[in-house]
Amino acid sequence: MSRSSEGALVAGKLLHLALMLLAGIVFAYPMLFMFAAGFKPSETIFAELGSPTALIPNASWTLANYRAMFEKGSIGAYLFNSGLVSLVTVVAGIFINSAAAFALAKLKWRGQGVALSLVIGLLIVPFEVLAIPLLLIVSKLPWIDIGTGAIVFGWLDSLHVQFVPFLANAFCVFLFYQFFKDVPDELLEAARMDGAGALTIYLRVVLPVCKPVIVTAAIILFLGMWNQYLWPVMTVHTSEARTVMVGLQQYYGRTTQWGEIMAYASIITLPVLIFFLAFQKHFIRSVVGSGIKG
Amino acid sequence: MASDIKHFGHARWSEVAALLGPALFLFAAFVLLPFIMAVGFSFTNIKLLQTDKVEWVGLDNYTRMFSLKLVEAPAALVKVQQNPARQWRQLKRADPVAFDGFQYLTDLELAGSQYLVGARDPQFLRSIVNTFLFALLVVPLQCGLAFAMALWVNQKFRGRVGLRTVFFSPVVTSMVVVSAIWGLILHTDAGLLNQLLRAIFGEDAAQPDWLGDSRLAMLSIAIMSAWQGAGFQMLIFLSGLQGISNDQYEAASVMGASAWQKFIYITVPGLKRTLVFVMLSTTIMAFGLFTQVDVLTGGGPRDSTTTIIFHAVRVGFREQDIAYGSAMTLFFFLFVLLLSFGQKKIMERLGS
Amino acid sequence: MKYLLGAALALAAMAAPAAPQALHVWRHETGDLEMVASAKAVERFNRQQSRWRVVVETLPQGSYQQAVTAAAMTGKLPCVLDLDQPSVPNFAWAGHIQPLEGKLRPAGADALIAGGRSTLKGKLYAVGQFDVVLALYARKSVLQKAGIRVASLEQPYTATEFRDILRQLQKQGVRYPLDLNGQRNGEWVTYAFSPWLQSAGADLIDRRTFKVADGVLNSDKALTVLDYYRSLFDERLASRKPVDEQAFTSGRAVFNYNGSWADSEYRKKFKDDLLAMPPPAFGQAPRIGAGSWQWAVSSSCPHPEAARQFVEHLISAKEIAAFSMETGLMPTSEAAADMTPMYRVGGYGRDYFEFARRFAVLRPETPAYPLISSSFERAMKEVREGGDAAEALDRAVEAIQQDLKRNRGYGF
Repeated sequence: MSRSSEGALVAGKLLHLALMLLAGIVFAYPMLFMFAAGFKPSETIFAELGSPTALIPNASWTLANYRAMFEKGSIGAYLFNSGLVSLVTVVAGIFINSAAAFALAKLKWRGQGVALSLVIGLLIVPFEVLAIPLLLIVSKLPWIDIGTGAIVFGWLDSLHVQFVPFLANAFCVFLFYQFFKDVPDELLEAARMDGAGALTIYLRVVLPVCKPVIVTAAIILFLGMWNQYLWPVMTVHTSEARTVMVGLQQYYGRTTQWGEIMAYASIITLPVLIFFLAFQKHFIRSVVGSGIKG
Repeated sequence: MASDIKHFGHARWSEVAALLGPALFLFAAFVLLPFIMAVGFSFTNIKLLQTDKVEWVGLDNYTRMFSLKLVEAPAALVKVQQNPARQWRQLKRADPVAFDGFQYLTDLELAGSQYLVGARDPQFLRSIVNTFLFALLVVPLQCGLAFAMALWVNQKFRGRVGLRTVFFSPVVTSMVVVSAIWGLILHTDAGLLNQLLRAIFGEDAAQPDWLGDSRLAMLSIAIMSAWQGAGFQMLIFLSGLQGISNDQYEAASVMGASAWQKFIYITVPGLKRTLVFVMLSTTIMAFGLFTQVDVLTGGGPRDSTTTIIFHAVRVGFREQDIAYGSAMTLFFFLFVLLLSFGQKKIMERLGS
Repeated sequence: MKYLLGAALALAAMAAPAAPQALHVWRHETGDLEMVASAKAVERFNRQQSRWRVVVETLPQGSYQQAVTAAAMTGKLPCVLDLDQPSVPNFAWAGHIQPLEGKLRPAGADALIAGGRSTLKGKLYAVGQFDVVLALYARKSVLQKAGIRVASLEQPYTATEFRDILRQLQKQGVRYPLDLNGQRNGEWVTYAFSPWLQSAGADLIDRRTFKVADGVLNSDKALTVLDYYRSLFDERLASRKPVDEQAFTSGRAVFNYNGSWADSEYRKKFKDDLLAMPPPAFGQAPRIGAGSWQWAVSSSCPHPEAARQFVEHLISAKEIAAFSMETGLMPTSEAAADMTPMYRVGGYGRDYFEFARRFAVLRPETPAYPLISSSFERAMKEVREGGDAAEALDRAVEAIQQDLKRNRGYGF
């Protein structure tokens, strides 16, 4: 390789690195600030806001905020509730939404167009519109109590009220729909020839092939559930079924100690980050092409 | 087997029911039903805590949203009082019955004379304009950013996973924390942004009031929203990019295509559907803007950041008039529905 | 013989103490001192009798109003709950809480000052253990150095005098000498600034009929108050968006207009140097808000008698005094005040009690209050951001009058 092109290569790499760093700072700054602030004593947080050294560990950093949180707030219980609700949503949600999208995208039946328009229409409805009527509905619905097997009326103050209304997610259905539409029909025909029913085709052929979309849907569902705030406030009043975001409000009202608030916020942001990190390595090129050949 | 056809075709109802059933049932119970109830509310005068003392009021709430009154400002008045809002006030004081319920909205000059326009809910009408403005700002910004980010992160280089995570981190952080920190960054005096401006341009640099100037506030919120949401859209683009098979790129390399040609002839067409989806969903989400406004500006300054949903929630929850709030959200729904269909049609026509 | 045995057994069964029944109570979450004091009061109640056991659920303050509203709508309110006083008439009108009259009237209710009771159309609906007072905080040493006189109960600052003082400080180089807590939204705005209207001779609504706001809220006197408010920001005497709440404690601001809940923090920092002065007067005597968190009994309570007992316990002089001593908050009865070192005559907090007695005005006791407050808050916000006072107030009045019309005057 000649000298000049080598130089150009290095310069290109350096530029790329610089861009990466800039992008990193612009996007990660608030989150890094939050993490850093969790370690600082509350009084110093605002004083140092303007200075670039705000993010660099120094002598005053301490674990006191984190300790206070575990002692004062019931963050352990809230983390568990949030985790359970979110995970159930992800697992159930993926199946429910992708199955629906499959029926809409790949099967032919009467009323398909209408159903599709309905789903798209639902995309538009913002939650705030439905909040009050939904509250009234949910306070009257029956449920089977897992512990006693008895039928109870009213879903309030429970874990299930926080996720069941949101398992069917128009956005995810649409996401899967767009993807399925691009899956070549030949794959499915081949399976049909072998005598498989729609259900089997869905489970064995289609799902394995759309991993990136499943990952995206999983992240969306998890995030949506984890960050949910207005609905839990309206439906869950007791601390038993309380989740993490409402707990943050609890903190907010109790103290103006920004250090502790940031520590709390840091802890509740971590699970989502971990979830994201764990799943995103599945963003590898899919093998749709090779499926046709082999 | 008897009903099977050559191409992947008609399915049995039982199959459709099994696949579509759960989702449809959940939608019907938890989205459709409350929506119908909300529609019902909009024709009554139901209040937040009073779910029993309810009366039917027909289209009252809807007329309230859209009632306008056009008056010509008498020349004598214009000479004495320049401020149109005060002109309106004078006219109203003079004839309270005719002007009952109407507040000043704006003024026009038509055929040489000064006309005053009043409305029964000027904030609602302003919110429509604000919402449009916000969508116009945020959609290109956020989609463009997300597209660029997805393309960048889809390449192979060291640190791509880290970069991907960094891009996604704003999406993950709690809205409360994000808004609080941005509130500090955008602070006129002590904020990071203005301090940076001072550092770069010297002590006399312009120190815009990002959240307090009615001309800038919407822009600030748009930038913050784009920043926060781009990572989310980036994911969608990524999954779309993953859907384009490698073989196409390999074949193109064999034929000697450059990176730019590969981009134009393989990537872009392959992403058409994804692009439509992203633009559509970003637009829909942009129209529903609420939380950022609620936390950062409270609808101000001078109502410049009040969006349709923000106004509807304020009226419904805080002023307890859920009937009127429901009417506004129903209008919002129809409005965005029409807009989305229009947008979809246009994009599909452009794409082909 | 059998009969005797049966009777003996029956007697024994009646004499055996039944397990205490649960009495559900909700309260909002707040600072540690208050939470501990509250818990201790509950403990004492549970110990003093064995029929009822109070079970408390604490809900986050930021979303308390929404949570309680949602519970009210679905009939899930607990027997006893605390409510922010101005929202009590609204809850009462909606039928979610019951009047504390007749057999339910807790003993000691009459001994409470105005800020400790909440009524609708004359009927009592809630009572409170403590109240909060608005004060103008400053430091003796700072005022002395700048040559500013100290305002007293008899001689408060007049509004014009106060503004001149601020201008003088600004000329001396102080940036934003007054901290008005400009960034605080919500009920604070109406709570803190509607007393200025009352001090000028205006008000939020005509309190004789509760049906007219036009001519009251947008009267010329009200306009002068809002013009004054706006001038404080325009002249940069107060900051529209303070970076934090520490302007006064960190010495940046000379004056801080705040509620007396800030007293313990300020006193810890400044000790005897702290001054708590009455707010400026706008023509008549200065006025301050009244009514803080109070206790009410829900309509769906299955044992209102027990609820009354608990509430009565809370507003007994002993309990009020104990609460006050543990939190520093002001008691709502003179008897209790005299039992505390801070609020008895000669105590450093007695001034607050006197402010309350002389200057306190409850926010209008009408179910329309949430709308009135929200409209006023919007008007203040508009003016603060540079809007015209007349336009803003007219708009607020319009909203209030329309709401009254739609709701047939709320039964007045």
